[in-house]
Amino acid sequence: MAITLTQAAAERVRKFIEKRGKGEGLRLGVRTSGCSGKAYVIEYADKIEPDDHVYESNGAKVIVDAKSLIYLDGTELDYTREGLNEGFKFNNPNVKDSCGCGESFNT
Amino acid sequence: MALFQISEPGQSPAPHERRYAVGIDLGTTNSLVACLRNGVAETLPDESGRHLLPSVVHYRSNGKEPVVGYEAVAVAHEDPLNTIASVKRLMGRGIEDVRQLGKSLPYEFIRGDTAMLRLRTVVGERTPVEISAEILKKLKARASESLSAEITDAVITVPAYFDDAQRQATKDAARLAGLTVLRLLNEPTAAAIAYGLDKNPQGVYAVYDLGGGTFDISLLRLNRGIFEVIATAGDSALGGDDMDHAIAEWIMQQANIADDADHRQMRRLLRDARVAKEALTRSERVSLNIDCGKGNSWQGELSRDRLNALIDSLIDRTLSPSRRALRDAGVTTREVDGVVLVGGATRIPRVREKVAQFFGREPLADIDPDKVVALGAALQADILIGNKREEEMLLLDVIPLSLGIEIMGGMVEKIIRRNTTIPVSKSQNFTTFKDGQTALLIHVLQGERELVSDCRSLARFELRGIPPMTAGAARIRVTFQIDADGLLSVSAQEQTTGVASSVVVKPSYGLTDSEIERMLRESIMHASADDVVRKLREQQIDADRLMEAVRAALAADSALLEAKERSDIEDGLKKLEAMRNGEDAEAIKQAIKSLDQTTQTFAQRRMDENIRKALAGHKLEEFDAARDKTP
Repeated sequence: MAITLTQAAAERVRKFIEKRGKGEGLRLGVRTSGCSGKAYVIEYADKIEPDDHVYESNGAKVIVDAKSLIYLDGTELDYTREGLNEGFKFNNPNVKDSCGCGESFNT
Repeated sequence: MALFQISEPGQSPAPHERRYAVGIDLGTTNSLVACLRNGVAETLPDESGRHLLPSVVHYRSNGKEPVVGYEAVAVAHEDPLNTIASVKRLMGRGIEDVRQLGKSLPYEFIRGDTAMLRLRTVVGERTPVEISAEILKKLKARASESLSAEITDAVITVPAYFDDAQRQATKDAARLAGLTVLRLLNEPTAAAIAYGLDKNPQGVYAVYDLGGGTFDISLLRLNRGIFEVIATAGDSALGGDDMDHAIAEWIMQQANIADDADHRQMRRLLRDARVAKEALTRSERVSLNIDCGKGNSWQGELSRDRLNALIDSLIDRTLSPSRRALRDAGVTTREVDGVVLVGGATRIPRVREKVAQFFGREPLADIDPDKVVALGAALQADILIGNKREEEMLLLDVIPLSLGIEIMGGMVEKIIRRNTTIPVSKSQNFTTFKDGQTALLIHVLQGERELVSDCRSLARFELRGIPPMTAGAARIRVTFQIDADGLLSVSAQEQTTGVASSVVVKPSYGLTDSEIERMLRESIMHASADDVVRKLREQQIDADRLMEAVRAALAADSALLEAKERSDIEDGLKKLEAMRNGEDAEAIKQAIKSLDQTTQTFAQRRMDENIRKALAGHKLEEFDAARDKTP
């Protein structure tokens, strides 16, 4: 299994990192909090830690720590537009249920 | 399903706790809203992908909500009286202020019961604050939809030259639109933030902002990551709109269109002029096809050289405020480390050429000059809402005109000088002028001139309950405080009793930018004349004070004088009074000196008499005893 970026998501990641001026790639993670137990972390990665898993997808790097990978394995990250809003969207097969807005979830 | 944005390392927000604040550039011609997403500041487009929102509001007769932006522009030429453009020029102004503007604005102004002016529209009277609020509401809705969150916090930019009334009017418009103003930010300051000039170790930067309707030049000094605005100047009645007018006039000449073209035709011509001007930033020549009305049309061509000739004098008018700002800041063009271009009109190649020539260096123009102010405001908003970055930013702005109070003789004592950085608090001590004076009228003024009549009155308030004392004995501390938004509060406190009084200055209407310009120009022009007037007034006050004292003494103790002495003093009084009403400060000074000498013997006798009275009936020992008790 792995973590993948869609073409659209990879393009955005590359563009944002270029504008920001630094960064190894995109760090995805999971932490405990939120109304349904777990919440996504989506940050710029400035360095890669020894226990990190690194995936290359459509020309962009995705970095995930070993602990988070349990909850994220198989995830595809997309970039979409909904009305005027736009952003990254998790398609995570591990999720059993999530809160109404989808900002936190259970596995 | 939620959509996510990328955060800085370690700064991912908890679910539902992401806080957004937007930056809004509320412009004369166009407005924008921007926000920080994925760590990058970006302006937010509408559903058609357009970032600019024309600052135009159209009121409709069918009871529907007003339309704002491109939709309003589209109907402007059909319904000019109900389509309000450039409302920013009217913010915080009274009807007198806009009388000169009125000619160029096709609206019906109404004098209300307050000093705030109103415009007559099909849905009733509307104030500039209400009209601006419509623009802000539209931007707020766009931001809320773009970020899938109710946006309430904003940093709104204002021209550096906006006075208290204009700033307050902007805040009022925001409140009407349901926005909390985190801070009003000067436009050029926002532009400097957008360019990230704070990343440099130090430097002096000029921000040249030629928008649709206003020109602003600001000089910023950067020191260890901190920006200080060291001088601002500008011209409120100068911008891309004026260039459109110049081009339209040229078209009218070429196409033989009469000067008395109606509103609709003028609007059509201005639109054609603007399109031609914009096309000429990319190409050397553009062909024109003008509808002259009554089924006639005119074909022609406008070259870039011709355009340059039409607008050169307008561009040159930006250079004199630029020179003044440099002089105020005490820097030469050689000491300027960078020039930032802001405003759509700086896309015009000729403008860039002239700016480069004036400053002797190529200006910075990488960021879209229409968006740069909104982007800087968004960066500032993000910091103020608490999403702080590693390097915190601290910004200092300046006040455009000196602030002070009225003192005797109709003169102004300046308490805070122009171009002082804000926020600031300054105090000065004043005293009473008359014996037994128990109240003091504090008259707050704005301007550079020496006389009250040449400055602008901001507020008046009274300090009451001063204990009766001899003239000059009371100590009244007057404090001026200006907050980060440029709003002024003034307080006065009598130091021995602690009685205090204060006022927050929210003037009923503001000062036009061109008036500030005029006031600054006049203060330079009249500097020596003002000095003469000031000297005269000072002598007149001294004369009044002396005459009052002598008259009081005559009334009380004329028995101490011989008939001849008395008539000498009365002659001196008459002479001084005659001089005092004249214009010669030196003559008044001489007359004061002479009356002072004439009354010396009288004063001596009065003092002896008073001592004699005080000592009468007492023994010398009593005084010795009393003296021993005093520490």
